[in-house]
Amino acid sequence: MTTTTAHRVTAPPLPQPRGPVSRAVLALLRGEQPDAFDVAGTDAYGDDLQLALYCCYELHYRGFDRVPDDLEWDVSVLALRGRLEAVFEAALRRDVAGGDDVATAVDALLVEPIDAPGVSHHLMRGGELWQLREYVTHRSTYHLKEGDPQAWAIPRLEGQAKAALVSVEHDEYGAGRAERMHSQLFAKMMTELGLSTCYGVYLDAVPAATLAEVNLMSLCGLHRRLRAALVGQFAVVELTSSPGSHRLVRAAERLGAGPATARFYREHVEADAVHEQVVRRGILEPMLAAEPALARDVVLGIQAANLLADRLSEHLLGAWGEGRSSLRSPCPT
Amino acid sequence: MSTRSPAHRVVLTGDGPVLVDGPLEIELADGTLVRSDRPVNALCVCRRSRIYPFCDTSHRQRVRTSDEEQR
Repeated sequence: MTTTTAHRVTAPPLPQPRGPVSRAVLALLRGEQPDAFDVAGTDAYGDDLQLALYCCYELHYRGFDRVPDDLEWDVSVLALRGRLEAVFEAALRRDVAGGDDVATAVDALLVEPIDAPGVSHHLMRGGELWQLREYVTHRSTYHLKEGDPQAWAIPRLEGQAKAALVSVEHDEYGAGRAERMHSQLFAKMMTELGLSTCYGVYLDAVPAATLAEVNLMSLCGLHRRLRAALVGQFAVVELTSSPGSHRLVRAAERLGAGPATARFYREHVEADAVHEQVVRRGILEPMLAAEPALARDVVLGIQAANLLADRLSEHLLGAWGEGRSSLRSPCPT
Repeated sequence: MSTRSPAHRVVLTGDGPVLVDGPLEIELADGTLVRSDRPVNALCVCRRSRIYPFCDTSHRQRVRTSDEEQR
């Protein structure tokens, strides 16, 4: 197990397939002829489709070991990705309430439920250290590239909305200091918890519910037409993070996790209280003033992010409630 | 008007913190000096923050979502 936080850029190995769709994508990435498959009967939120989509998207971030970089824009990979995206996006649109009332959707994020059955509530009140380690393992699929999916929105916004988004991203990226980058603070926490900080090393271990949250960000990030949904997703993260992070500071302290773990969440308590204001006043308001028609997609992004967060939360609390691991393969101890 | 030097802008959010651009030094009531290098700072004015003088969103409305007793 690697516990170094030194920064050497390496691409992770390809994961194991989880069904015919991911098997076909992995074959393409290995340069082999994929078997034909029918995407119609595939569960939009299931392991097979979500892993396949995640692998397609990862070509735009860090790529994979022994997979040529130019497959990022390979038309056969893109065509396949398009079929998977259509299934995922259709399911999201089917399963959210929709509408164009941004104010109501945002206000709902600003009310703090004191008795919610959330993961951070559970970890604060009675969760165990192995559960916190599992939670961090799940979150590593995003936090080791924290801010990256949302950066796709920068060239797609104008004026004040663009400037404000960059100011939040600047903060996520450590304001010019690598050691303050949130992804690096996250890596220090992983090391403290005895987890590997190698990018992508837990891909085989995390379930579909975890991958789906990151896939939503990549889907909305890589399609300009969904830029407002990406802003909606970002709003959910930034508006709900501060109180959740406070609960995780208390969880880290109660469980004796260590200073790097408490620090990662403490940083988010203060930073995201600021980001909330910047996202609402600096990004959402001017973006919608300039392009009112984007309201519907902002609501889509908010509702889809909530839907997928609830699914992950149910998965984690369901597994832990039965005393079993929430991962597909157990965390190293 | 264009010859006036740029003024410090402080944003009163009304429902939440006061926003002040950083870097910033804040002198607390007891004389303690707190420094922040954040480009934008959210200062608590409701006094409920657990990280005072900075906002931690404790001003938010807290609601019970079920009849279940709070654990």
